[in-house]
Amino acid sequence: MVHDNEGSAAASDGGNTPIDKRDTSPPPAKIESDTAIDETVPAVRDLQQDFQVSATSQSGVSSTIHAEEPRPPLPARSGNLDLLQEGNYSPSGSLQRSRKPVRPQLQSTATTALSRTDINTLSYQDGSRDTYAASAETTPLSKPVGLFGSVKRFKGLGGSETGDSASVKSYVPTSETGGDVESLLGEVLSASQQSPAWKLLSTQYETPNPFDAADYEDDEATVEFYQEFDDIRQTDPDVGSEEQQLAQWQSKRKHFLILSSAGKPIYNRHGDDNLISGYIGIIQTIISFYEGADDQLGGFTAAGTRFVIMSQGPLYLVAISKLGENDAQLRVQLEALYMQILSTLTLPTLTHLFANRASTDLRRPLQGTEPLLSALADTFTRGSPPTLLSALECLKIRKSQRQVINDTLLRTKCDTLLYGLIVASGRLVSVVRPRKHSLHPSDLQLIFNMLFEARGVKAGGGENWIPLCLPGFNKNGYLYMYVSFVSASEGEGGGSSDDCNESGKPEEIAILLISAKKESFYDLRKMRDAVVEQLDKNGSMSIIKAAVRRGRPTATDIIPGTVLRHFLYKSKGNVQFTMPSYEPHFTTMLARRRLLSLYHTLHASVHAKNAHLKVHHCISRESISLAWVTPLFELYCVAGPHASRNALAHSANKVVQWVRREEERVFIIGGAIF
Amino acid sequence: MTSRVSTGTRPGARFAQFKLVLLGESAVGKSSLVLRFVKDQFDDYRESTIGAAFLTQTISLDDTTTVKFEIWDTAGQERYKSLAPMYYRNANCAVVVYDITQASSLDKAKAWVKELQRQANENIIIALAGNKADLVAEHPDKRAITTSDAEAYAREAGLLFFETSAKTAENVRELFTAIARKLPLEQAGARNMRSNPRQGVDLRPEAPGTQGGGACNC
Ligand SMILES: Nc1nc2c(ncn2[C@@H]2O[C@H](COP(=O)(O)OP(=O)(O)OP(=O)(O)O)[C@@H](O)[C@H]2O)c(=O)[nH]1
Ligand SMILES: [Mg+2]
Repeated sequence: MVHDNEGSAAASDGGNTPIDKRDTSPPPAKIESDTAIDETVPAVRDLQQDFQVSATSQSGVSSTIHAEEPRPPLPARSGNLDLLQEGNYSPSGSLQRSRKPVRPQLQSTATTALSRTDINTLSYQDGSRDTYAASAETTPLSKPVGLFGSVKRFKGLGGSETGDSASVKSYVPTSETGGDVESLLGEVLSASQQSPAWKLLSTQYETPNPFDAADYEDDEATVEFYQEFDDIRQTDPDVGSEEQQLAQWQSKRKHFLILSSAGKPIYNRHGDDNLISGYIGIIQTIISFYEGADDQLGGFTAAGTRFVIMSQGPLYLVAISKLGENDAQLRVQLEALYMQILSTLTLPTLTHLFANRASTDLRRPLQGTEPLLSALADTFTRGSPPTLLSALECLKIRKSQRQVINDTLLRTKCDTLLYGLIVASGRLVSVVRPRKHSLHPSDLQLIFNMLFEARGVKAGGGENWIPLCLPGFNKNGYLYMYVSFVSASEGEGGGSSDDCNESGKPEEIAILLISAKKESFYDLRKMRDAVVEQLDKNGSMSIIKAAVRRGRPTATDIIPGTVLRHFLYKSKGNVQFTMPSYEPHFTTMLARRRLLSLYHTLHASVHAKNAHLKVHHCISRESISLAWVTPLFELYCVAGPHASRNALAHSANKVVQWVRREEERVFIIGGAIF
Repeated sequence: MTSRVSTGTRPGARFAQFKLVLLGESAVGKSSLVLRFVKDQFDDYRESTIGAAFLTQTISLDDTTTVKFEIWDTAGQERYKSLAPMYYRNANCAVVVYDITQASSLDKAKAWVKELQRQANENIIIALAGNKADLVAEHPDKRAITTSDAEAYAREAGLLFFETSAKTAENVRELFTAIARKLPLEQAGARNMRSNPRQGVDLRPEAPGTQGGGACNC
């Protein structure tokens, strides 16, 4: 079941100390024991064994106890299996941004069933985690803050020996009280528990890029991250090779599995079905064990790996991660995968397929969707600010320039148009939409993923006419999207290597025109021609291209001399965020993943259900960082390890001032409405 | 393998524009054939088409005759089947593709031919393309459909026929050129003569042949 995201967000983490609840300025913070951001957990060895133990004895892992609510009735079944019926959208579902200004969570509307069970996860920076569940009704554990707060503090102050926190955890009362808290795993706390001398030593020199420094990290796992996206190699099918392949499979830091509730595999990110059929069977067994007990399993941890399970109608979606996200964050990712499935099939079709035959093999109707699912999965594995924040990023241009683009869209708009968008490499340039419909960020995430992460559409080299369901808009029917790309490089036939973005892909500007009418391709195509012609003529196209090529400003471009290396600023009201370039500190994929892991930790701490934190300050060997939440914004800032807290707080204020000044440049406010 | 053909228009040159649709089972190589024809490229790891892609390519048949194809590369996945009529309804010509190493793909191709002959434009020119010829050049045992069987079927059904390879470009250009030659150029040429082929063409399906397009929408 889906859990309310905010509610189930993780509690704070060891080593990070919540300091203050003030709203307005980052307070001074106590320096406490530092903790490395990345985890060093062993690979899932003997995974199978762990599973077996847990499935039978229920004690090898910590499971979460749920109070399941009856599912809402499923929507009326469509009598017709024709997947691409005329897109019949219902204008009733208001998604208007202006009326509901704060809708930070991706999965808020489009889901079918919700359980109000709360999963509370306590994550430590070393990758360990505790999970307990509280039913929606209050239980004796309704005040777990104190309990966990003390664990945390204990760990923080002790700052020390490996055994401590683990032993505390194991004394936490279990079961019967309504919340089941168990010791989850034998931690490897090495990275976060060095002696003071060691720490002193390690701060003697500043590594040019601490986020990518492998010199004090022993772990192979870190290096393996560079192989994360490699295919599992098919060697000769002799005896040893399957083991090798399984070893490769196990070395992946993140997996996503989707299966039907009858246990049929639908999707998995790594390896083929045969290779991992054993694992799938085990996972299915574990899930149905709880299902049988009328008690849905939300997640468990085995060998330092977090498993999160989401049940969506006839599907189970499973995230398996060693990257340290909390359950809520993993659920947002699973939700996005589910949305992709809905986007391909629509909800009535999905429901219908399984209502007819519980053992339906969904792979066939989903054929061709795997690359989209994998593109999403890999985005999550690399770490994705839009997903973490459930917000969009815009291309920074002047307000007056954006106004000209908006006006152009409005002027050229054809009758059949529902939404028109100009997007530059995943950043929104301009939107035109009807007054009564806004765009749901989760829908845009699917579209951007299809166009900018998966290769299929762009590689075709032409214009495209794509039927798709946008579940946030209406999960029951299809819309039709016209897509054409304009190269961002100067002149014709661009695509030189200088025009590549930070992930090494050539910069492309996409014109997206969405309609509910499947016959409107030629109308929209004509509109596209008119839009491009006018944008060329009034100079907007070269402004967009220049802004794309310029890329994001660096943190020091934004605030000269700042200690900040990176930040994320989310405007809650606009459901948009802005951030500086990853350059120069986070150029490698690994450095970026660590940065994103830090952001996930900060995000988890300020979104923990019972944490009323407004400012969270975190110090580690690699960085000092800050999360600051107000009713208007969320700000996450990261500075180098030697920056002072005052300088960090000062810069955080500067960021807020900068955004205030540049608000109408970095965000789209209102957009073009007809 | 020549890249693009000059579209140079001298005064009095004939220019005709036709709609072409590609149909066939998923993964037989429709998009690959189009990419070879339009951009002279090939991609070993192509992702399945989502929806449909629209591309154009112009070829010259002789010194004075230029033919522009407006190509709909449709998705072969089953779930897009119901959209197909939208793409072939106004088509002047169709390429139905199968994979010569997959027996079932020819059955699917035959079903498409039947549907086109029943539902599409009466004068539609249909070409049958047995793709991935390069695979059997290396491993003859991979062939699942003999040339003569396919040829016999094509003759019987009144189709142009080629065995092609998007990978090596074998017969790709020939396929499209043969179609262009078979299209009723004289009429089209007479009706669609223009000095600048790039001027805005109204392509709305409800108004076929008003400006460009339909050589045989009569
Ligand atoms: N060896 C060889 N492989 C080919 C040839 N044509 C296509 N392929 C490969 O076959 C696979 C499928 O090709 P596509 O062009 O995507 O097939 P499609 O018919 O467009 O498939 P859908 O878009 O799903 O309908 C790709 O991996 C291509 O690289 C060919 O002539 N020879
Ligand atoms: Mg294709």
